Amino acid sequence: MIDLDEIDRSLLKALAEDATQNAGALGRRFGLSQPATWRRIKRLQDSGAIAGRKLDLDYEKLGFGVTVFLGVKLATKGRVGLEDFERAVSAIPEVQTVEHVLGLYDYRLRVTARDISDFERVLRRRVMTLPGVGNVEANVLLSEERRPGPL
Amino acid sequence: MLYDLDRRILRYMQADPTQSVPDLADRLSLTTSRLTRRVEKLKEAGVLRGQRAVIDWQALGYAVEVSLRVTLDKTQSRAFDEFIEAARDIPEVTEIQTFLGRVDVRLSVIAKDMGHYQEVYRSRILTLPHIADIESLMHVARIKSDESLPI
Repeated sequence: MIDLDEIDRSLLKALAEDATQNAGALGRRFGLSQPATWRRIKRLQDSGAIAGRKLDLDYEKLGFGVTVFLGVKLATKGRVGLEDFERAVSAIPEVQTVEHVLGLYDYRLRVTARDISDFERVLRRRVMTLPGVGNVEANVLLSEERRPGPL
Repeated sequence: MLYDLDRRILRYMQADPTQSVPDLADRLSLTTSRLTRRVEKLKEAGVLRGQRAVIDWQALGYAVEVSLRVTLDKTQSRAFDEFIEAARDIPEVTEIQTFLGRVDVRLSVIAKDMGHYQEVYRSRILTLPHIADIESLMHVARIKSDESLPI
């Protein structure tokens, strides 16, 4: 586990907003030299605190108008059952995230589709046909806000 | 209007957002100046809003992640607004989503350990306004998390 000081936190926050900022610009903002900033960013990356980068895309402009979260309960369990399900569900291109959870459901899936009828196609042909799938609950995403978190 | 070339560019960028412009141009058999121009156009059109660093909260010592599915008291006309406004003030809340379905709002909450989680849950979450019901899903593992779009 990595310990962060105030400057590390500010750097993380700034990079979570815009990861394309270079060490020179960030350094000027936080009163550091370019090499010192670069070393700090490198340390954040090497420690795994920064896990990578993600494009921030406008889903609707790309034709993906619907995002649905599915809660999936497996009908059959056991280790093989979980692995088969995880492999098959991760291979569906419309499934953006797969989380294994404890509680009312076993898995939480984020599914993106062009519209509701496209979502129905994904649900019926791809999700409902997965090995071991049992009860499925769907909630259509209306709005989403990512918060900076405890930085 | 999005051309096939734009989709290809986004597909490659999405697969590895950290690759340099010359590398990406090479892979797409484009000149760097042509690629830069197209990427600028995608930014101007608001399709590509930017790039964000992905923070790994586990590496920062936040071992617990819980998904809270909240049903609100909809007899209160400002229930959604007031709940969301108050939830934004909790640093441990990393995501706020609203839904159409059985769940009204979902919060992603992170904590250092179960003791810390219990403290946040009791003193900050349960005191949020207009809650009718809460269900918790404890996060076990992330199986797929790239959140890429099938462009």
